[in-house]
Amino acid sequence: MYTILKKRKLSDVTNEMVLDAPHVARRARSGQFVIVRIDERSERIPLTIADYDRSAGTITILFQEVGKSTMQLGTLQEGDHLLTCAGPLGNPTRVDHYGTVVCVGGGVGVAPIFPIARDLKEAGNTIISIIGARTRQLLIWEDRMRTVSDELIVCTDDGSYGRKALVTEPLKEVLEQRHVDRVWAVGPAIMMKFVALTTKPHNVPTVVSLNPIMVDGTGMCGCCRVLIGGQVRFVCVEGPQFDAHEVDWENLLMRMQYYKDEERLAVEHWKEHRCRLEQAEQEAEKERHRHG
Amino acid sequence: MAELTPKERMQIPRQEMPAQDPLERRYNFNEVALGFDFETARREAERCLQCKNPTCMDGCPVGVLIPQFIRHLREGDMAGAVVAMKERNSLPAICGRVCLQEVQCEATCVLAKRGAPVAIGRLERFVGDYELARRTCPLVRAAPTGMRVAVVGSGPAGLTCAVELGRRGHQVTIFESLHAAGGVLIYGIPEFRLPKWIVHAEIDYAMECLGIEIRTDHVVGRTITLDELLADYDAVFLGTGAGLPTLLNVPGVNLNGVMSANEFLTRVNLMKAYLFPEYDTPIKVGRKVAVIGAGNVAMDAARCALRLQHMRAEREGGEPGQVYIVYRRSRQEVPARAEEFHHAEEEGVIFEFLTNPVEILGDEQKRVRGLRCVRMQLGEPDASGRRRPVPIPGSEFDLDVDMVIIAVGTTPNPVVFLNTYGLERTKEGTVVADMTTLRTTKPRVWAGGDVATGAATVVSAMGAGKVAAADMHRFLCGEFSESEWWPAQVEAPTAGA
Repeated sequence: MYTILKKRKLSDVTNEMVLDAPHVARRARSGQFVIVRIDERSERIPLTIADYDRSAGTITILFQEVGKSTMQLGTLQEGDHLLTCAGPLGNPTRVDHYGTVVCVGGGVGVAPIFPIARDLKEAGNTIISIIGARTRQLLIWEDRMRTVSDELIVCTDDGSYGRKALVTEPLKEVLEQRHVDRVWAVGPAIMMKFVALTTKPHNVPTVVSLNPIMVDGTGMCGCCRVLIGGQVRFVCVEGPQFDAHEVDWENLLMRMQYYKDEERLAVEHWKEHRCRLEQAEQEAEKERHRHG
Repeated sequence: MAELTPKERMQIPRQEMPAQDPLERRYNFNEVALGFDFETARREAERCLQCKNPTCMDGCPVGVLIPQFIRHLREGDMAGAVVAMKERNSLPAICGRVCLQEVQCEATCVLAKRGAPVAIGRLERFVGDYELARRTCPLVRAAPTGMRVAVVGSGPAGLTCAVELGRRGHQVTIFESLHAAGGVLIYGIPEFRLPKWIVHAEIDYAMECLGIEIRTDHVVGRTITLDELLADYDAVFLGTGAGLPTLLNVPGVNLNGVMSANEFLTRVNLMKAYLFPEYDTPIKVGRKVAVIGAGNVAMDAARCALRLQHMRAEREGGEPGQVYIVYRRSRQEVPARAEEFHHAEEEGVIFEFLTNPVEILGDEQKRVRGLRCVRMQLGEPDASGRRRPVPIPGSEFDLDVDMVIIAVGTTPNPVVFLNTYGLERTKEGTVVADMTTLRTTKPRVWAGGDVATGAATVVSAMGAGKVAAADMHRFLCGEFSESEWWPAQVEAPTAGA
């Protein structure tokens, strides 16, 4: 059992949680992830380790409520427990002194890019960060990103905050105007694909962190397999970070769609269940009033 | 019952195992083989000739005291039967269900040559279930030795090793990467063959008796390394199995609708996806499913797919569909346990023998729309002694399927070896271990089961756990030291080799 020590809502759908998980915190490094489960019926949910505190034995996870599992996770409060927290999984970021590095984070992808940018900054790199979200409300961790960036560019798709642009626009400008040694990008697969397309003509080595569907997350099932340079690779053990220019994006995007219908069904089922639960609670409340 | 003569015993027919009706059981995941009742078990036990020099035990990788437990059973002394069983096997309810008895104890039973061997496996299961329901014979722990052992992996090899060392008084901690203990017993073998409550109950009981702690969610290699374990423990056993699926090297392997049997079975068994959406993990099953391979894993995957198809038809109407097993050799070479092969046929799995896939065909949405195959014929015997299948030129044809499950084998998952040095492995990815002691090339580390042999059986892994435990015990008692790690007759591999 892993206790939720802190919970903060960053938007209507974005949650930040600090978990008591010393066994994960002690070896956690940027770029790695955990698998969590809420209860006996949960699926195994992969979430990036957005931060960790070794001495406190805690890790920070961040998630957006997009499906049944993350919605349920979002209902948990401080003091509640998770049944599973396995990790740290995947390979850590290859931190080195590269020179100038652009760190691109989109949506909740800003959370995983944060410890990567921090490590790269500590290794002496100049960090230009570009973070973006669909709209102002969904933009997270701007303050944290500022602390690890030499320069920070903020944009929103709808222009409600910062520059009205997709992250690839400022990225393109930076690549045209400056010498860039490396690009790191974490966000929705489609964003990472376009980051790869943007950096390709400039021949700037680009690393992305992939987030395919997983089951066990330990190399047992191969559900998360992707094509990297034409080779089948397991994201959970060989990744999650890969050379963006080698990724077969069409294959990844298509594989991520495979359970769309089931995901929709699970959400409907969950909402119905919540509805019934609330009704029952309201009735119990009425009952108490009647007797009270 | 009066003492029977051997002749009378041999006249008793081998007792049939009651089973769920093949047509009905396709609609559920309940156990297929229903088990003996007491009378049937005793009648079957009466068939045993109680040989002076029993050969049945030679066929058992863990050396179960077969004649003894059967004698107690037929005398109605269940307590005695349980004690005799547990002397060598702490997980009888599991072994009685999944062992390949027909090539082990039952193959070496003297009655095998004269028709039907004693149904040792079924009797073992009966004794195991009896004890699980009553818990009359706890495993007893010797006086604590103060030695600490880490066991990596809670599958059949790790569990057995842990139990054997626990009984000898050592303090054992098991590290398990998944959220539940049992390894392949939990994620691989389906509910209808091995109910999960049996696995949980049998493991919990043994661990409780011996004070063994299981740390789930610990991925050795990531959460903690082997070298860290060696700093904290006196000895380490690696029983991490062969969990890495081998995929087919054919075009189309990354299409939607192609998955490893490991994925399919993990979703169904460990995550209980057949109960979706009550359970969160989803599963898809095609209208026409091809399972590649004909081992136990292939049978399990095919029979799960068949059930999912029938349950869907019951829920949504329409035809259930078809499940094919595509196997490059012939019926005679099928490596699966005979009972599973038989059950799969009974349930309606269609077998395409002497057939090999050459390409998985996709539609515009990159979903499986067919499997291009070639017919095979058997040529000269290969290294395994089986006749090598060779393609018949020009015999290509397309099998109309919308899902492909690959069950052509697994190799050890390399994650456990991360950040560890001095542990030699073969080209196939298995750990090099001395055959008789199961010592690896790294002092204080033993390895057994699939991680050392490649994919094999539950009971052979249990046998390995036992062999390693015996040698580990000798080491922990100071009978030999780290400097004597490699016995004289075995040359120590050079560092970095």
